[in-house]
Amino acid sequence: MNRHPLARRRLLATALALPAAGFALPAFAQSQWDVLREVFFENRPVLDGTGLIELEAPARAHDAALVEVTVEALFPQTPERYIRAIHLLIDRNPAPRAAVFKLAPTTGSASITTRIRVNEYTPVRAVAETDDGALFMVERFVKASGGCSAPASKDKEAAYARLGKMKLLTPERFHAGEPNELRLLISHPQYSGMQIDQLTRNWIPADHLETIRITWNGEPLVEVEADISLSEDPLLGFHVKPEGPGELRVEASDIKGRRFVQSWQLGAGS
Amino acid sequence: MIGPAIDRRALLGGVAGLAVAAPLRRAEAAALPLVEIAPGLFVHVGVHEDFTPGNRGGIANLVAIVGSEAVAVVDAGGSPAQARDFLEAIAARTDRPIRHLILTHHHPDHVMGATVFRARGARVWGHARLQASLLDRFPTYRAAMERLLGAAIEGAEPVPIEEVVTIEVPRRLDLGGRVLELRAWPTAHTDCDLSVVDVATGTLIAGDLLFSERIPVVDGSLRGWLRVMDELARIPARLVVPGHGPASAAWPEALAPQRRYLEDLAAAVRRAIAGGRSLSALLADPPPAGDWLLSSDNHPRNITAAYKELEWE
Repeated sequence: MNRHPLARRRLLATALALPAAGFALPAFAQSQWDVLREVFFENRPVLDGTGLIELEAPARAHDAALVEVTVEALFPQTPERYIRAIHLLIDRNPAPRAAVFKLAPTTGSASITTRIRVNEYTPVRAVAETDDGALFMVERFVKASGGCSAPASKDKEAAYARLGKMKLLTPERFHAGEPNELRLLISHPQYSGMQIDQLTRNWIPADHLETIRITWNGEPLVEVEADISLSEDPLLGFHVKPEGPGELRVEASDIKGRRFVQSWQLGAGS
Repeated sequence: MIGPAIDRRALLGGVAGLAVAAPLRRAEAAALPLVEIAPGLFVHVGVHEDFTPGNRGGIANLVAIVGSEAVAVVDAGGSPAQARDFLEAIAARTDRPIRHLILTHHHPDHVMGATVFRARGARVWGHARLQASLLDRFPTYRAAMERLLGAAIEGAEPVPIEEVVTIEVPRRLDLGGRVLELRAWPTAHTDCDLSVVDVATGTLIAGDLLFSERIPVVDGSLRGWLRVMDELARIPARLVVPGHGPASAAWPEALAPQRRYLEDLAAAVRRAIAGGRSLSALLADPPPAGDWLLSSDNHPRNITAAYKELEWE
């Protein structure tokens, strides 16, 4: 934990400059957050993350089943100092932890983008866990409702026809030595277990991605623990800071035990 | 609105018998204003507003078609309260019974009054997918409408769709010397769009396959809607009643603004995707919506729907 005392001091110094520093944030001490903090962080102190991370989320969502959010890391990932995980929490969703993104220093930037379902007006929180185990939180209030029980947008047959198909959006030029943003789409209906089959009138059993493991040249880069609050056809925006060309490999698995694997060669031409 | 005068005369000649066969009672003070756009074809024009207790969900155009034996109603209105007034307004124009209720799709402004007509003995017609879609969404819609409309929504229930129209096989409905052609479409505005043609007057009742003045809402498939519009344009009608907009407009000319909006939307979203612009970046600096009404919420929603659909192309 104290492998990098300097980095830790620097982080703390940043935090101490802020009014709420050093304490669990008191301003929004609603019971729901207290519960989440106990369940997911064993009541460890969660500090104000202002200045370290930013959460971009719409104040009012246009589609409650598809709310794009970005957690922006305001300092670069280096082996000496990095964010090792970002927890994305949606207080009032039936499954409040949408995802945990575990991030290697080789991402170069811990910034991530994804799309979430929002079931009712709720605070959305990003909690960054730094390499020394400290927790830093920022939050935004999002107005949207019905995102978890919203009807699935396609019929089941169509949804499963594209199951597991992946699409990787890469920048036009792939730069060695700096963070490149990649956006990964994985086709999956992400049935929440709260939607009704239009024909049989039965609840559609939950069926969603559980883990997404991304490696760069065989080394872990990003690992996502996913849940039902991720939108249909999950989007994952993340970064890689490569030394040169390489192979990006994605292995995703869902709660039914299916595995989806795909890899891409990147950077060869630039 | 309907082209050369000679067409209009021919048109009126063709349905002159109907007007006689369906004797009209003088409307004293109809609770809901109706416009007779062709003989025996009445339209109530919805307001271009969001749902409010004041408008009782009455934002969509509603149609009543009077034959010599029966009346068909196309869309039931946004609440039982509005539907009861619509019923009263129809009764002031004809003594023929309302035997048929045709629902153009599952959206609440079109279906929430359906129970009122069914209670009066109307058979309910719809797209083969309507029943499932309606049941699927009804609880969500009902809860939202309770919040937005208050008491007007009391008594709203999902209705059974008794007469089903498939995409493959259009159906005809005879009101007594007056035939309606019902056609179900592949996913476009929604996944259960149905159109109606009143053959005698050459009038297409488009449901929400056509928006005019009020911004179109993409709740099915943008690409599908554009494809359906190509086919829709070939329907040999002279007049169209849009789901939202004026009581009637010239057909197929009235399609043009909606086509332009949807094509521009698809082009802008495709450009963004090709240029690596994220959905949130696009929403932060959206392409212009044009002069459509009620675009502030609906245009970003359409961008979101289009992005989600087109990013898999």
